Amino acid sequence: MINSSMPFACIFVPDFPVEALLRAEPELRSRLLVVLEGKAPLQKVFAANENARHAGVDPGMTKIQVEACAELVLRARSLSQETAAHAALLDCAQSFSPRVEDTACDTIILDLTGMELLFGPLPKLARDLARRASDLGLQVNVAVASNPDAAVLAARGFSGVTVIREGNETEQLGSLPVETLFVEQNPEESEPLLETFNRWGIHKLRDLAALPDAALSERLGQQGVYWQKLARGAVSRTLVPVEPPLIFEEAIELEDPVFLLEPLAFLLARMLEQLCARLESRALATQELRLQLELNNGWHEDGIPWSDVGAGILTRAQARQHFQRTLRLPVPLLDAKTFLKLLQLDLKAHPPGAPIAKIHLAAEPVRPRAAQNGLFLPPSPEPEKLELTLARIAGIVGEDKVGSLQLLDTHRPEGFRMQRFTPGEPQQKSDSIQKSEDLVTALRIFRPPAAVTVTMQDGKPAFLSCHRRKEIRGEILWAAGPWRSSGDWWEQEGWAQDEWDIAVQGENNIALYRLVRDLLSGKWLLEGEYD
Amino acid sequence: MSSFPLFSTEAAHRPVAAPSVKLPALSERLSALPKLAEVTPASRLEVCPTPEMVSSGIAEIDALTGGLPRGRLTEVFGSASSGRTSLALATLATATQRQEACALVDVSDAFDPVSAALAEVQFERLLWVRCGVSEKDFSPRRHRVTEKKYLDNERPEAPVEQALRVTDLLLQSGGFGLVMIDLGDVPFKTARRIPLASWFRFQRAVEHTPTVLLVITPAPCTQSCATLLLKVQASGKKLSAVSSRLSPDPAHARLLEGFQVQGELLRSRLGRKPVQSVTVAFATKVRTG
Repeated sequence: MINSSMPFACIFVPDFPVEALLRAEPELRSRLLVVLEGKAPLQKVFAANENARHAGVDPGMTKIQVEACAELVLRARSLSQETAAHAALLDCAQSFSPRVEDTACDTIILDLTGMELLFGPLPKLARDLARRASDLGLQVNVAVASNPDAAVLAARGFSGVTVIREGNETEQLGSLPVETLFVEQNPEESEPLLETFNRWGIHKLRDLAALPDAALSERLGQQGVYWQKLARGAVSRTLVPVEPPLIFEEAIELEDPVFLLEPLAFLLARMLEQLCARLESRALATQELRLQLELNNGWHEDGIPWSDVGAGILTRAQARQHFQRTLRLPVPLLDAKTFLKLLQLDLKAHPPGAPIAKIHLAAEPVRPRAAQNGLFLPPSPEPEKLELTLARIAGIVGEDKVGSLQLLDTHRPEGFRMQRFTPGEPQQKSDSIQKSEDLVTALRIFRPPAAVTVTMQDGKPAFLSCHRRKEIRGEILWAAGPWRSSGDWWEQEGWAQDEWDIAVQGENNIALYRLVRDLLSGKWLLEGEYD
Repeated sequence: MSSFPLFSTEAAHRPVAAPSVKLPALSERLSALPKLAEVTPASRLEVCPTPEMVSSGIAEIDALTGGLPRGRLTEVFGSASSGRTSLALATLATATQRQEACALVDVSDAFDPVSAALAEVQFERLLWVRCGVSEKDFSPRRHRVTEKKYLDNERPEAPVEQALRVTDLLLQSGGFGLVMIDLGDVPFKTARRIPLASWFRFQRAVEHTPTVLLVITPAPCTQSCATLLLKVQASGKKLSAVSSRLSPDPAHARLLEGFQVQGELLRSRLGRKPVQSVTVAFATKVRTG
């Protein structure tokens, strides 16, 4: 039985630079992928996936050497994608244990003390860890052992999920090669030691573990004893926990610039899924998404403008390098599909204007919305659906023409402004509605006001004709006014007007209008119709 | 003479197609034939439940129609200065005070926020969609820049088409207590050109939802899709009321102190009652902010 008093788990990502790239392009997993580093033309192979290594690619080879193989997919190393992958790894670990050690960029150690009560037995927990990492786009090795270093050795040495029972460390780690001990060491320090072990005929950890302590100490000193303890899985140390910062960012550097919104949407979908999976693993949601696009301005290699190369929505490059859009949501959401649709609609309304070379997406984390709808509450639109609907409507009528309105403290005509429509949560259905005794006579506004020709008689308007609305023409039966109003005279946009209420005889009925004389321009305008 | 027989008696006595299996019984063969559609007795037909009625905000109209039905289309029509917008504002105010989210699809961009504020409409619960193309959309600069639809020499979408698309989106989104389409200033010819299929689609979309779909038109155009058809017009008393209230030497600009509006129910498909035209009058009042 495993002693569950102090179990530790280690998550190790083999070929971390490759995995970081595969998060953005998972379709390359079955291909021969090679990661290059360095400035052209001196690029060298930094990492390669297992398929590429089987094909004979080794780190350190030059780009010219590997280019001979047409099946290889070459990608430049992306530090931003590695940072995002490391953050995702930390999020994965943090979703299982609050005590997490950031051992290396590809290695995380978790203290699983007491976690069995929450997540079940250790083998199941280890499998869940691997599955969660897979959801985040990372293929990892997970090992559980009674001490951190044994877990690290097992995770680096064995693929998949490994659970080492307490007391079996020496036996289970014994099959690993001695080189496993020196993965993180400087090659200059480890190579002489490895050479010595090789001369002694020690190739496996079990060979090193079986050596007598005193004789090993005499020959290699305390460092040798430490390596032997490590090989036996008997090193005990204190975990150095870290508190991962709540930064949720994803980035993709593109080999070829993207011209159209459709392929961009595919890339955004992957990034959003990763972001949402990371947020979900930390039990968070987001209320603000920041999209930053690095644009490839200038000219194509063949001397053709980018705008001529790409057809569609993206248009001629303008003098800018970065394009940024911020999506603010009224409520915290965590739905990648909704985010994608909102971003698509936003980008359709505000096209970037140049080919896209790099995509950077960040989410501002907030606590998720906790709302309980009641059976007897008034109907209210779902926030996710409402946001999509509003974005779609804004695409039809324009952004400034949809929303709720707010009256401004002014008597100026059109003294209001549009704002985002965010209906509050209904509190309780109130049966008692305050009904006013008198109904209000409504005015229908003419936007813009209709210019009219007015004939005056005895200081009052007597005849009216409108050029824009032919049906408004006739004798003014009654007129009352003027009612003078003015404001903002201290500013450039001052206004002053005389207002009349008039009744005009139409073809079938009498219509009531509000007639206005603009005192600054002297024009007569029909502001609206009483209805 | 040929000795060959003209036909063989042996062959004539042989059965043409000997049945290898026993023929099924007649009843079984009949049962295998396709049947006509089964006739369901009228007593077993699913009866459409009576919709929940909500207040329109005007007691006289509620008394006339029983309120506005949820999940149905209600049409209010009337000419200019007939009081249809006053009725619409009263309905909006009541619905927002019930804490329901409301949407106004304003085809002619004619909504007056000051009147709505005086009618006590709660703006935070009202989604105002202003259809139409603004002046800046037609500016020459706009044509030069990147908008694809203008570059392709396509005409901008007409306000009515925008309104229909917006209404579709709002009804699909769901959750609104009241969706109002204001076609009041749209010419009658244009309003009649709206395909009947659109109104049927809207009617189907709101069916079995708590949404009241209210359409304000200059003349009836939803045809059989409307569950309630209400006509409003200025009553005969209005002229005298106006003239009596007009001050001979007006120091104040306000002409109107009141509005006499007559509402007439032309159609109601809520019950199996014969169509009746019932008239009711209500008054509105000008209030200054």
